[in-house]
Amino acid sequence: MNRAVFSILAIFALFAVVTMPQAVQASEGTVHPAQQSWHFDGFAGTYDRGALQRGYKIYREVCSACHSMKRVHFRNLEALGYDESQIKTIASGYNVIDGPNDEGDMYERPARPSDAFPSPFPNKNAAKFANGGAAPPDLSLITKARHDGPNYVFGLLTGYEEPPHGETLNDGQHWNKYFPGHKLAMAPPLSDDQVAYEDGMPQTVEQYARDVVQFLTWAADPYMEERKRTGLKTLIFLLVLAGVMYAVKRRIWADQH
Amino acid sequence: MTIANQELRTIMTAHTKDDENARRDFLQLTAGAMGVVGAACVATPLVNSLNPAKDTLALATIEVDVSDLKPGEAKTEMWQGKPVFIKHRTPKEIEEAEDVDVATLRDKQPDSARVQKPEWLVVIGVCTHLGCIPVGNKPTDAHGDYDGWFCPCHGSHYDTSGRVRKGPAPKNLAVPPYEFVSDTVIKIG
Amino acid sequence: MGSGERAEFKNPVIGWIDERLPLFTLMQKEYGVFPTPRNFNYFWNFGAIAMFMLVAMIVSGIVLAMHYTADTELAFDSVERIMRDVNSGWLIRYIHMNGASFFFVAVYIHIFRGMYYGSYKKPRELLWILGVLIFLLMMATAFIGYVLPWGQMSLWGATVITNLFSAIPWVGDSIVTLLWGGFSVDNPTLTRFFALHYLLPFVIFAVVFLHVWALHITGSNNPLGIEPKGPQDTLPFHPYYTMKDSFGLVLFVILYALFIFYAPDSLGHPDNYIPADPLVTPPHIVPEWYFLPFYAILRAITFNMNIYFLAGIAGLFTLLVEFVWREKPKMIAAPYALPILVASLFLAALGFIGDQYPTLGIPFTAAEDALVSAKLGGVLAMFGAIVLLLVLPWLDTHPIRSARFRPLFKWSFLLLFVVFVFLGYIGSQPADAAFGPVPLSLLGLLCTGYYYGFFLVILPFLSRFEKGRNLPKSIHEAVLGKGA
Repeated sequence: MNRAVFSILAIFALFAVVTMPQAVQASEGTVHPAQQSWHFDGFAGTYDRGALQRGYKIYREVCSACHSMKRVHFRNLEALGYDESQIKTIASGYNVIDGPNDEGDMYERPARPSDAFPSPFPNKNAAKFANGGAAPPDLSLITKARHDGPNYVFGLLTGYEEPPHGETLNDGQHWNKYFPGHKLAMAPPLSDDQVAYEDGMPQTVEQYARDVVQFLTWAADPYMEERKRTGLKTLIFLLVLAGVMYAVKRRIWADQH
Repeated sequence: MTIANQELRTIMTAHTKDDENARRDFLQLTAGAMGVVGAACVATPLVNSLNPAKDTLALATIEVDVSDLKPGEAKTEMWQGKPVFIKHRTPKEIEEAEDVDVATLRDKQPDSARVQKPEWLVVIGVCTHLGCIPVGNKPTDAHGDYDGWFCPCHGSHYDTSGRVRKGPAPKNLAVPPYEFVSDTVIKIG
Repeated sequence: MGSGERAEFKNPVIGWIDERLPLFTLMQKEYGVFPTPRNFNYFWNFGAIAMFMLVAMIVSGIVLAMHYTADTELAFDSVERIMRDVNSGWLIRYIHMNGASFFFVAVYIHIFRGMYYGSYKKPRELLWILGVLIFLLMMATAFIGYVLPWGQMSLWGATVITNLFSAIPWVGDSIVTLLWGGFSVDNPTLTRFFALHYLLPFVIFAVVFLHVWALHITGSNNPLGIEPKGPQDTLPFHPYYTMKDSFGLVLFVILYALFIFYAPDSLGHPDNYIPADPLVTPPHIVPEWYFLPFYAILRAITFNMNIYFLAGIAGLFTLLVEFVWREKPKMIAAPYALPILVASLFLAALGFIGDQYPTLGIPFTAAEDALVSAKLGGVLAMFGAIVLLLVLPWLDTHPIRSARFRPLFKWSFLLLFVVFVFLGYIGSQPADAAFGPVPLSLLGLLCTGYYYGFFLVILPFLSRFEKGRNLPKSIHEAVLGKGA
């Protein structure tokens, strides 16, 4: 039995080593963001519904002025703990373009739960034009689309500082400790007391960043909780099966050793 | 060939006999059963993924504004990939629909069982014969012998209640689940 | 097959079918009682595991194909729709995505096992070659599959890899245009890649069938590398190895499941979650991990090969053939060996220096006079690394198979393993990175040199000169001896 247990432990150890956050890509101008501890971390990590709702509020009131999230639909907000009528109300606060109607014209109508979050700009060129040539990326997948995504986005949102001595910034550039190359077109988006929280959480840049990162992580990986739950069941099943298979194998080979 | 055929044959016969009194003990049965359960657990999501996806289901209900329909007019809306006919019936059409001996119909349904408000008929515009789209929504269309719809594929005639009266179709035009959200807005699905 | 002995079956339906089409006899013969060496260790599980992964990839892939749209405008969205809206779509995609990695894990271990225990040697040469063909087809399939989600790495990986073909003299550019179906990697490329990605796995399946067929003609090798001499050396495949393989497979699937459920994106690259943008190149293009060693070999050749360099190489190669490969030199008498060696090294060095320092103005060393450009050299080195595998049975002709009885082979092979892993690390790093004070490009060249040296020099040399340890008389005896 020892060998079977040993192999299984070795498998878990191997997994841990391979997936350990690697300090790679030390290319020019990149500082690795500090590792935050997140509610969604680890084998049993889940999303904190309160943080998701607060994070959504930050997105709605701050980020969505420039950043689209076109892969997220209002109906998905159910995962944040809103019920159907709340979602309908939220959706109907937005107008979306639909059509063409019978006369061939596009028209505006209030959004429905089945609609995606409306984008702030009609297309990429408009987004570029309005933002000094740098189109703000869509945020639906941002934490998956960056190395060490959640920590990176948190670092970026809290990493604005004065440029070091000898560095000059052009108009519309901002010094950010964690942005590759440091010169970032996005102005510091968050400031203390900018968004009102109803649940008494501190209204600080750090808390805002922490909440919006959790919301964005959910948006990029909405099935994380289901995935980990299914994973636990699968692993338990496989571990039992491994034990049974080991016993079967031992029994069959008993007369050959 | 490292083992001569002769030897292979000897082994084969030996083990075929051995198989007959093979030990099918508890452990092996457990292993086999777990293998089957595991395979089933993998197969389920694979097959279920072929069912309608969440975005498809999200569009499973639509709301239609019918305030622009005058009596006698009809329009077509797409619902779950199928056309839905919404007809604002005139008093004459309502009378025609109600004034039928239900017993003489192929698919015996009174008009009252097919409408929520007599002036509004909502039916799925798919011929119950082989799935063609009947004509009759536009004034210029053929309406068939019963002033309703006519399926050009195989000549089924539907009346002003969408019931089949003539031709090969076996059933009346289906009525989708719907409700009046307000006097002029119908939610289908 | 078909003719010959048939097994007897109690079930009349099975018997009826078997009389007309002896499928069950075939199964019984090839998987039931098939005589298998009794001394396999767990490295022999990986053939069965690779087979399982192939089936898992085909099954999950067919379901994904039902939801995927091969169009540059829609491909990324359709993959995200699978991840968000299709029922259990995220699970199926993660099974497929990580499955590619785990298929390669299994196959790499399978290949290294075959090399360590000399499974490629007579009479199993064709079995080995079919295996290398499977490996090549897998690489093609995996590369094409990585393009389908149409993220940034998909587009730019496809651009870089298809551009390799432009290194072929004269016809290269035409070939690349043909591959693309346009003037860049675009919609026609994506559509044909999808068609090929659906086709190739079935080609792999067919070659796997031949591979297994060939295996069942020669029988399996084993850790001792000596042939079974009779029934006392073998066990029926079922239940002994079916159950051992199943146990090993479950362990392997545990690791696979850990990745699917707890680190599903850790083997991929974040940039592939950014939709492809033909106007923006990612700062650091890397292939998937299983290509990294070969990618490092590709990048190791950073110099042009001019006439001097190639003449030097030709001289060295002649010496290699005469004095290492051949029992007795035929063309060059021994006294001339040393002068030829010195001259060859001088020419190679002259050519290399001339290329590295063009200001010296050595005639015929300018970049445009190069016979093999750095780009073509890299491509040749990379494909050559795989061709070496194809001809391996003729490079290593030592009569002993298993590394257990060949210490010199064993250690040089284990070093090759380390070098191969290190090449993988080099491939993952930016081209200008360094390992301490040493630039990685130099280490890449040295490692590539060892890779080639192992196959072309060490193996033929050891084939002639390594004595090896005494082989046990039989598997049976060795197994009993171990137990005592």
